[in-house]
Amino acid sequence: MAFIKVDNLAISFKVKGQDLPAVKNVSFEIEKGETLALVGESGSGKSITALSILQLLPYPLASHPTGEIHVDGLDVVGANNDVMHNIRGNKISMIFQEPMTSLNPLHTIEKQVNETLLVHKGMNKKQAAARVRELLDLVGLEATEDRLSAYPHQLSGGQRQRVMIAMALANEPDLLIADEPTTALDVTIQAQVLELLKDLQERMGMAILLITHDLGIVRHMAKTVCVMTDGEIVEQAPVEELFENPQHSYTKMLLEAEPKGLPHIKDDTAKEVIRAENIKVHFPIKKGLLKRTVDYVRAVDGISLKIQEGHTVGVVGESGSGKSTLGLALLRLLKSEGNITYCGTSIQDKDWDDLRPLRSEIQIVFQDPYSSLSPRLSVSQIVEEGLLVHHGRGDPKERRALIAQTLEEVGIDGDAQDRYPHEFSGGQRQRISIARALILKPKFIVLDEPTSALDMSVQAQIVDLLRDLQTKYNLAYLFISHDLKVVRALADTVLVMKEGKIVEQGTSKQIFDAPQTTYTKALMKAAFDLATLK
Amino acid sequence: MQLSPINQRRLENFKANRRGYWSMILFLCLFTISLFAEVIANDKPLLISHKGEFYTPFLVTYPETAFGGDFETEADYRDPFVSELIEEAGGWTIWPIIRYSYTTINYDLKSPAPSSPDFENWLGTDDQGRDVMARVIYGYRISVSFGLILTILSSIIGVSAGAIQGYFGGTIDLIFQRLLEIWGGMPSLYILIILAAMIEPTFIILLALLLLFSWPSLVGVVRAEFLRSRNFDYVRAARALGVRDRVIIFKHLLPNSMVSALTFLPFVLTGAIVSLTSLDFLGLGLPPGSPSLGELLAQGKANLQAPWLGITAFMVLSIMLTLAFFMQEGIRDAFDPRKTFK
Repeated sequence: MAFIKVDNLAISFKVKGQDLPAVKNVSFEIEKGETLALVGESGSGKSITALSILQLLPYPLASHPTGEIHVDGLDVVGANNDVMHNIRGNKISMIFQEPMTSLNPLHTIEKQVNETLLVHKGMNKKQAAARVRELLDLVGLEATEDRLSAYPHQLSGGQRQRVMIAMALANEPDLLIADEPTTALDVTIQAQVLELLKDLQERMGMAILLITHDLGIVRHMAKTVCVMTDGEIVEQAPVEELFENPQHSYTKMLLEAEPKGLPHIKDDTAKEVIRAENIKVHFPIKKGLLKRTVDYVRAVDGISLKIQEGHTVGVVGESGSGKSTLGLALLRLLKSEGNITYCGTSIQDKDWDDLRPLRSEIQIVFQDPYSSLSPRLSVSQIVEEGLLVHHGRGDPKERRALIAQTLEEVGIDGDAQDRYPHEFSGGQRQRISIARALILKPKFIVLDEPTSALDMSVQAQIVDLLRDLQTKYNLAYLFISHDLKVVRALADTVLVMKEGKIVEQGTSKQIFDAPQTTYTKALMKAAFDLATLK
Repeated sequence: MQLSPINQRRLENFKANRRGYWSMILFLCLFTISLFAEVIANDKPLLISHKGEFYTPFLVTYPETAFGGDFETEADYRDPFVSELIEEAGGWTIWPIIRYSYTTINYDLKSPAPSSPDFENWLGTDDQGRDVMARVIYGYRISVSFGLILTILSSIIGVSAGAIQGYFGGTIDLIFQRLLEIWGGMPSLYILIILAAMIEPTFIILLALLLLFSWPSLVGVVRAEFLRSRNFDYVRAARALGVRDRVIIFKHLLPNSMVSALTFLPFVLTGAIVSLTSLDFLGLGLPPGSPSLGELLAQGKANLQAPWLGITAFMVLSIMLTLAFFMQEGIRDAFDPRKTFK
């Protein structure tokens, strides 16, 4: 019998006294040493399926109307806490998406890792300390005294995820549940973590249940794939078979959803919209009693760029490289040094009121469609805000018609304008943010990771939408992203940023086909092959 | 008017908290009744029919001569002489349920004042022979209106101050915060006592004095909420659209910080009622003769042989504060997005 056998599992949640089915008819098996991937979009029931193996759902609010879950031959559905205590953290461990919030910020790294050792293995302090060093070594973290007594905020995202993995491996589990283990990480670190997981699996022979929405990772890691949508597994197949010959229409849709295509051929003589020379954004570091400025964080350090009408400049780089800061500085939402020229006039010295008329032509779309729309305003109120500022109240009927027309343009039903943001999905919300930017007919839009918070299939749609809008209105884009696939699909020229400076720049073709610097090479390899540069 | 879904959810949550819901209904009923105190407890009749004409003494002042009496001054309807005049003319009189106003002195007491409860004076009389029931009804009205007005005014000031500090931050925030700390360090009760001794206090003056010390309690919450949300993407997007600061504050930030301000309001309201009562108790509050619960408490303390005074004041105060608190606890829960009701 397989190590994990899930048979006809269903999960329901009680909402207002009624049982709402969330997952049904889920069956799969995982052998030791194998990787099974659960793939699907957000809300498809992947995570709760995995949590039900550990019986970590909020019972009795959640219930299992049907189904059995066998862990090593033992049915755990409804098992009592003593039984589960032995399984959780001992036979099965879990790593989560966001390593910052999954580690206790008040405990040192050593304390986080040795906790499970003290609880489950009954080790004494000395044995545990030795084992912690061994484990950190295993996940590729040098176990120096400094590191052991460090707190989570002193580590980088990748290092935190390694600590999480070390915690999960402390008791040599037979199954590791990895819930989107790399979604919050940069591409280069994602590649490192995936390599680490693969390597550990080979050495320890454990099974991995991988939950992800990224098919690239699935192809790289898994042996068997289960595709989930709306709480059901619609297709289950070995990985090669699934990618070669997908059966279900949903799987086909997912596979085709990769952001594809290339930007349209552009006219190189087009008018220049924005030009920035030697932009610097420095945040002072203040120390001491009198708060003297001792040094600066150089978020953006001497960047020059220009964008022509109808063109897209892609800015890529890891988190913390200053990409977003650059975008905000160009819009004068952040104070910066250097010269910014918009359509021939310098905007760097204009004050807030002088700048207002120009604001209708320069717009921004943010990354997180959940935080970029005010939850208390209806869609029409959100979209009309710019109109009210720049064109006054006007005729309400005309305004409504214009809002409806703009919404239709981005693919939202114009009649939906009286609804509230929470009634829309992430992709639809991002379309609404685009409509808000678009209604003023801008010439230049800063797109700050507009696809990063979205599901893969939705990403492709947004990319297509952006490309169509660009052709239609001859828009200039500054496209900021860490996702190189999306950048390739949109950008004409690419800037690679690291620590506030440009590492490499050139046309999209040059950068993607023949990267020059090692940093860009490493970025490419991590993004497209999910591997690290050896 | 169609409620937005989020408000519908809140209304449902509020109704689900049955204690809060019923407290609100009761509180509002009592307050509405007390707003019409002149119709319930008054020494002037509601309606008089005299020689085919109708008179409404509780609204209009009539001289005694209107009913065939001798004086040009206002008729004293409790005077047997006046009621006889009306009856002899074949007229009739409709009295309020309680035939005493808060200043009416009952000269007809069977025992010396304070007299114990009987059918004439339901809760007895105080040491000046005034009907306690009437004084409680008027006193309730003054206390609750005082509390509500003070709460509204201090929220307006406190929320604006917090909003300005949180939104602009930096130096403005720094200076305001230090000023608030100095202000908060003042011994407010002593200052109130000193000021009340210098100025003859009226309702408005007391309101202004208490307002001086009650608004800072809301500043902290609102400021924190503004500091948190002023860097949200939707605020940035609004700034990128060129929206003015004033509009951003009112349209984007204020509605989102109202929830935390609401949490504090019950304390401001009950605090306001209690401070007014304590000032009255010390004799530094409303002008003498005003119907005040604090004064009733003081009378209860001075006349321990008449327990109905102290007990009445205590019961009225505790019921009022409890209802107000339960009601606002319900409101607060309804606005809490994490609270689930089964």
